[in-house]
Amino acid sequence: MIEPVIRFKDVSKAFQRPDGRGDFVAVDKLSFEIAKGEIVAVLGKTGCGKSTMFNIVAGLTEASSGEARVVGHDPFREFEFFRGKIGIVFQGDRLMPWRTALDNVMLGLQILDTDPKQAEATARQWMTRLGLAGHENDYPHALSGGMRQRVSIARTFAVDPEILLCDEPFSALDEMTARDLRAEFVRLVRQSNKTAVFITHQLGEAMEIGDRVLVFHRPARIAYETRLTGADETHRKQAHDAIMQVLAVDPTPAKAAP
Amino acid sequence: MTNSRTVRALQATAGMIVLAAIWQIMSMIFPPFLFPPVPEIVARTIEVLTTGSLLFDVLLTAWRIFGGLFGAFILGGILAMIIGQSKTAENFIAPVLTFFQGIPALSWVVFAIIWFHGIEFRVLFIMVMTTLPAFTFQILDAFRSMSKDLFEMTMSFRPRKWTLFRFLIVPTIVPGILTAWKVNLGNAARVVVVAELVGATGGVGYQLLRQQQLFDMAGAMAWTLQLVLFVLVVQQTINAIEAWALRYRAVSERAM
Repeated sequence: MIEPVIRFKDVSKAFQRPDGRGDFVAVDKLSFEIAKGEIVAVLGKTGCGKSTMFNIVAGLTEASSGEARVVGHDPFREFEFFRGKIGIVFQGDRLMPWRTALDNVMLGLQILDTDPKQAEATARQWMTRLGLAGHENDYPHALSGGMRQRVSIARTFAVDPEILLCDEPFSALDEMTARDLRAEFVRLVRQSNKTAVFITHQLGEAMEIGDRVLVFHRPARIAYETRLTGADETHRKQAHDAIMQVLAVDPTPAKAAP
Repeated sequence: MTNSRTVRALQATAGMIVLAAIWQIMSMIFPPFLFPPVPEIVARTIEVLTTGSLLFDVLLTAWRIFGGLFGAFILGGILAMIIGQSKTAENFIAPVLTFFQGIPALSWVVFAIIWFHGIEFRVLFIMVMTTLPAFTFQILDAFRSMSKDLFEMTMSFRPRKWTLFRFLIVPTIVPGILTAWKVNLGNAARVVVVAELVGATGGVGYQLLRQQQLFDMAGAMAWTLQLVLFVLVVQQTINAIEAWALRYRAVSERAM
């Protein structure tokens, strides 16, 4: 049996409330598996625990209980093991304002001790692929929102990670720009056969990107799951309606988790 | 932008000319030992700058200011990093630094004279002790204002500690460091004069003491101006470094 790239088994995560009134459960006995080369869209309302699940996969947060494994390793405890293996595209572009666009794209390569000439060549190549040629020496404040997000995508792809984690990367962009970038992103992921987890709160985006869609209820647990690979229009329509119904009964209140 | 710079420079010059004019009028009303004429002060100032033995005193003071500030900066930087990463360390160190902040510069001068023999070490000690708390707290503030988003983004590449320090922490705290240098420079210039006035045999403070004993107001003004000029030159240098280091910052035209 092939080991899944990402495996969650009964993973829970609780945070202490700032006011000291007990714990806040963000993830509750969450279990799922993601195979190599799969693009999985995780859909849910704001505050349902998607980002906490994301941070556990990224190794930025430790699960309170259960077993979270990425390529068979603990992403939090074996932090060093994942150097260059996991790439993250965040909700905001998170560019370093003191670095030029080129230097921002080179950041991951520099952290991974890539030869400087090789790092610059790779960064320039990715900037060109993402339509950023000519903006290498621009500082982030001089770039538009779409361009800044392209720089952040280039920064992630430049290190050639095996696994891509994307936390609503296009949610702050206008629909036209977001649509273009989404298409570009999916093309790049498929070309390189990477495994990707794509978090979103937009149903259309989830269905456009995902081979599979996981719908979360709060606290993060799977309320619905559907595979869209090779699905015809009828199946897509049924999945769409079913997801709408699942989201409608989600008890998640309209506020962010503390 | 060049025009606004020129206007600002002209306005600053105009302010100084008005001040000099008022002083000159005072010198016509009061005796010269109270308000010496401006040309005499200028002549004495130039004399200090062009006479080797006198200039040595100015450079000695400048060296003491830099030495003290540099020592406090290094020590303050280390303390800020330790405090920034450990709540326990903060609980131990922060109250001590706050306590030090409450001790007047003159008290440190007295302590230094009682404790130490070497003049240079005394001055260095006074400078470090009076500027250390401000350096530490300002660098600590800059460290704590580090963006959580940028920290998480950098951590997603799994950097080693030194890489994290070089790529994220240093650029984050640079604006705070530059502000700390600008603020502490003025303080240091004041403290060094007090230290030299009481416990040194050379430097601007020592020369000021001599002018007071000689009742030489023009000399006192000339030596004071040395210190003012020194602070202005260093402030402008720091401003230039700041403009270069923070050139990435977007500036609204409204803010010009």
